[in-house]
Amino acid sequence: MPVLDLATTELRALNASLHALDKNGENAEFEVINPRGAHAVAVGIDAPVDVHIKGSVGYYCAGMNETANITVHGHAGPGVAENMMSGKVVIKGDASQYAGATAHGGLLVIEGNASSRCGISMKGIDIVVKGNIGHMSAFMAQSGNLVVLGDAGDALGDSLYEARLFVRGKVKSLGADCIKKDMRPEHIELLGKLLSDAGITDVKPEEFTRYGSARQLYNFNIDNADAY
Amino acid sequence: MSHKHPVTTPRKSATFDDYTLSEIRRAAATGIYDIRGSGTKRKVPHFDDLLFLGASMSRYPLEGYREKCETSVTLGTRFAKKPIELKIPITIAGMSFGSLSGPAKEALGRGATLAGTSTTTGDGGMTEEERGHSETLVYQYLPSRYGMNPRDLKRADAIEIVIGQGAKPGGGGMLLGQKISDRVAHMRNLPKGIDQRSACRHPDWTGPDDLEIKIQELREITDWEKPIFIKVGGARPYYDVALAVKAGADVIVLDGMQGGTAATQEVFIEHVGQPTLACIRPAVKALQDMGMHRKVQLIVSGGIRNGADVAKALALGADAVSIGTAALVAIGDNDPKWEEDYNALGTTAGAYDDWHEGRDPAGITTQDADLMKRVDPIAAGRRLANYLKVMTLEAQTIARACGKNHVHNLEPEDLCALNIEAAAMAGVPLAGTSWIPGQGGF
Repeated sequence: MPVLDLATTELRALNASLHALDKNGENAEFEVINPRGAHAVAVGIDAPVDVHIKGSVGYYCAGMNETANITVHGHAGPGVAENMMSGKVVIKGDASQYAGATAHGGLLVIEGNASSRCGISMKGIDIVVKGNIGHMSAFMAQSGNLVVLGDAGDALGDSLYEARLFVRGKVKSLGADCIKKDMRPEHIELLGKLLSDAGITDVKPEEFTRYGSARQLYNFNIDNADAY
Repeated sequence: MSHKHPVTTPRKSATFDDYTLSEIRRAAATGIYDIRGSGTKRKVPHFDDLLFLGASMSRYPLEGYREKCETSVTLGTRFAKKPIELKIPITIAGMSFGSLSGPAKEALGRGATLAGTSTTTGDGGMTEEERGHSETLVYQYLPSRYGMNPRDLKRADAIEIVIGQGAKPGGGGMLLGQKISDRVAHMRNLPKGIDQRSACRHPDWTGPDDLEIKIQELREITDWEKPIFIKVGGARPYYDVALAVKAGADVIVLDGMQGGTAATQEVFIEHVGQPTLACIRPAVKALQDMGMHRKVQLIVSGGIRNGADVAKALALGADAVSIGTAALVAIGDNDPKWEEDYNALGTTAGAYDDWHEGRDPAGITTQDADLMKRVDPIAAGRRLANYLKVMTLEAQTIARACGKNHVHNLEPEDLCALNIEAAAMAGVPLAGTSWIPGQGGF
């Protein structure tokens, strides 16, 4: 397995190596050491590869990822897996703001806590957070699933569209147009699969509450002006 | 005995004019602000308030039709491995598929390509029509990130990070449900028929320090090949440009308040942001103060209509200009041949601006399958190319008259202003004087 040391290798060389991988080739494996908070580590990959990052990363790690499996053995700065299309990103520690922002697909697992605006404007990604998430998470979330084993901060799901939010702990407050919804059998099944995909076996889907859009702000109505 | 006194003629208020009265009645009836497309309709100091001096005893002109006057421009020379080369200094501004019909986007791509220049996507992602028909395509990176994906990012020729636009600096957008067809909905990952809000701030960065890191990410994703533009509305041009340079822009697009929008509140369009003329000199000064003029290219937009406007913008220090509204007119927007249809909508050709309603008689700002057939993308593309050619010839004519062998050699010294406001904004002398208001102590 190639080992790239960011203490001695330029970030550009690392990303260029990952971009050079054959999209239709065999699954590759890379290890990155000494990331030391570098930004834009392992971004724009479009190939089957397992990337193991040993340490903490700065902004936008795994940005726009396609296909790759990326694991950060540390913490992640803002915008981890932003605009991800497919593949899997696992953060062993905590994640900062905007985790999974605008992402269209794939699975993001945060084993620690996620800060504010987790899943902002998400467009199809599945996000599983083992800890808590901060305020304004899932703001304007369009589609996909956000699963939180811990608690959620203020204004969860503000102005959200069709994304599904599952929270096991407490929700400090719900944002505009976000309401509690029934867990129907299809949601139990979906959540069971998401937990399984995230490698979580000791928590049951029935322990979660589902939140989603009341769909009252979908078409502008002056009588709703006070909601903003 | 009756006595008839002379009466005064009925007099309407200048403050409460007919338009104002109609707006008060409209607001009272509906309880909602007026939303419309296009840019400001009020009169503001503009390029018409400037004149070129031409050659004279101390300057000699170049021969028209004989001596060459270059018009090419290269954008993205600062960091990008693959700068874009345009034959003319006029580009097509970002306008979204969703707001515009597919045939209209195709026409813009065809026209720009024939003329040797670039066109730009908009909110809602990149369509095959425009990628396929645009030799040089700039891909906008917007707060909504509708349709944003790395595949399109990599097949773009440049990336334009949109911070704001001149019609509404500080504002987001709204595409009303009636324009959300199946295709538009699919591209934006949202249900059909609902209003789609476009955020006013980017979701994953705040401020210029973050933006610097965002740009680093976009460069890494695209292997440092693509020029990165930053587009700002005409708010605080000196500081906005300085911060964009600091954040790592290759190119800055500066859009004044005459720049159009697909849909925004009338009050926003008319009361927020500065005129294009007022923005250029502060922007150029920021570039000069940082030693980056001509190294980071400046594209100016907002109310560019003809070759004289192009020449004046370049003389004030821009590297290129961008057109939106004028390009739409060239492909058929507000054409009097649809006057009956405009009348049926309660308006007239030349005034139609309810672009958000999706009922455009010209078939441009609509997703209606029948209306959009009124745009023949090949013929409309040819008209746009013709128009771009005329603008270029006009700019060359003026440049030659000023003795310049490249339109970029035009300079403020070639200009004077017709009134004090324009002289102050453009930083050129009032005609017949050596007075530049705001300079020299008073």
